Amino acid sequence: MSADAVPLSGRSAQAQGLGGSDEPSSPRGLRAGFGPRRPAASGEPGTRKRLSPWWGALLPLVLLGAWQLATSTGNYPASQLPSPAAVVRAAGDLWERGLLQQHIAISAQRVFVGFALGAAAGLAVGSLVGLSRWADALLGSTIGALRAVPSLAWVPLLLLWIGLGEPPKLTLVAIGAFFPVFTTTASALRHVDAGLVEAGRAYGLRGIALLTQVQLPAAVPAVIAGLRLALAQSWLFLVAAELLASSIGLGYLLTESVNNGRTDRIFLAIITLAVLGKLSDAVVGLFERWALRRWA
Amino acid sequence: MSSAVSAPASRAGSAAAPRGAGSPVAVQLQGVGRTFGDHVVLADVDLDVAAGEVVALLGPSGCGKSTLLRAVAGLDAPSTGSVLLDGAPVRDHDPRCAVAFQEPRLLPWRTLAGNTALGLPPGTPKAEGRERVAALLDVVGLARFADHRPRSVSGGMAQRAALARALARRPGVLVLDEPFAALDALTRLTMQDLLLDVLAATPTTVLLVTHDVDEALHLADRVVVLGRPTGAPPEQGAGVLRTTEVELAHPRDRGDAHLASLRAELLELLGVPRA
Ligand SMILES: Nc1ncnc2c1ncn2[C@@H]1O[C@H](COP(=O)(O)OP(=O)(O)O)[C@@H](O)[C@H]1O
Ligand SMILES: [Mg+2]
Repeated sequence: MSADAVPLSGRSAQAQGLGGSDEPSSPRGLRAGFGPRRPAASGEPGTRKRLSPWWGALLPLVLLGAWQLATSTGNYPASQLPSPAAVVRAAGDLWERGLLQQHIAISAQRVFVGFALGAAAGLAVGSLVGLSRWADALLGSTIGALRAVPSLAWVPLLLLWIGLGEPPKLTLVAIGAFFPVFTTTASALRHVDAGLVEAGRAYGLRGIALLTQVQLPAAVPAVIAGLRLALAQSWLFLVAAELLASSIGLGYLLTESVNNGRTDRIFLAIITLAVLGKLSDAVVGLFERWALRRWA
Repeated sequence: MSSAVSAPASRAGSAAAPRGAGSPVAVQLQGVGRTFGDHVVLADVDLDVAAGEVVALLGPSGCGKSTLLRAVAGLDAPSTGSVLLDGAPVRDHDPRCAVAFQEPRLLPWRTLAGNTALGLPPGTPKAEGRERVAALLDVVGLARFADHRPRSVSGGMAQRAALARALARRPGVLVLDEPFAALDALTRLTMQDLLLDVLAATPTTVLLVTHDVDEALHLADRVVVLGRPTGAPPEQGAGVLRTTEVELAHPRDRGDAHLASLRAELLELLGVPRA
């Protein structure tokens, strides 16, 4: 049980600095068990060595090759399966006319603003429900029920209440971002290690000080995982919003292309959504890695 | 220091006014009982600890030792009775009190230095605090690890950082819940002597829970055994079974014959009779 027990292997004896003569400042030869438990090497127990992220590009390349092969046999009409080159041409065409940039910019903006609003609300309400038994009792089940409503079900109501234009779309994206953040924040705060909270109280932390110095930091890793989920969900809800009611944006590009029979543009829209979703997730992923190093 | 510090409780109880930070605080437990649901853990515990006295609590696992310490630290309210610090009832956390828990309970996102700093008395000037933290980490032998996170040090090292955090407070009452249990045997002996040094320099009231009878006899002015009397029904709560004065001046010889006889007595009381 004791992590300080006499080391069994030569390696850990060395890691624990049993020689200890390099540490003259320490009192009374207090040396047994000195040294990091995990000498910052990569061979930590329980962690697999990560392969290069470039392996992740293999499958898309294979798919691209298969796609090219399938179209070059001529077995499929271009209206069903356009060639990769046709999709690139469609992209170039829309880009030159400045339309693709516009679709991307407006969609990204909607996701960004909606996500920010929804995540902020999710953090606030999640903290409330996670920290206050009263708020949990009063709000918990209602929010749980709202969460069960499929995203598309909100669209008619939002159109009816908020009308056309940006607000209903932003609201829908915000709804999508709200729930993952709300759920993870509330549950992370509810399950903060009671021992840590008690230690904070034992050293005089109360109220806001306890919240900011113990409870919130302890919840940070889970909350960030929630933010990441929320961002993915924001893209989902964005397309739901744009498919039904919009005149610009990637979701609109999809519907419009369906109506015009432009399969190449359908492919373009789908691929653009995949790339944007992956990019934004990668950014949050970097942030997550930084935060985990900082807080966990 | 000899057992002469265990002054009569009447004197300790009279000093109701809070003394300056760092001076030892008398602790009185009056009829303390604690019940969780219908599980009676502690019943009617009376204990007077004079200012500056070191009391070791022994007792079987689950008999309520940690619960008793939490009541002293104001982290838990007893169901009956009261805890007095220098004559005033404990209601909430008391800044004169510092706790080292059974587990290190360090904040994972702070360095060992940052964790130790949490123990500093509120309002400590920054520079003075930094100096004190560095000095304490040196005392517990962690100077080189001040900037390490808890997850990158061993359990025993984390436990020593937790002790440094408690000492940072310059507490009037130091509450230690099996603080050395996670240390290897050698480090444990060193830490015991280190604690005695600290106490000699700054007299502090100490309530120490331990499973180690030798540790209790080496450190304490008085050893209190908690538990249920033999033959008592299981629903009866634990109380003070025996109080043993250790009348031997520091530094103590671990092989002292008097300590050996006390050890035999205590072990027998704890259900480990000599063969
Ligand atoms: N918060 C709690 N709720 C319910 N039971 C508890 C709680 N804290 C402690 N207990 C019970 O009180 C008893 C004594 O616990 P504890 O004081 O930790 O024992 P010890 O420290 O002597 O081993 C145990 O049976 C434990 O299950
Ligand atoms: Mg305990």
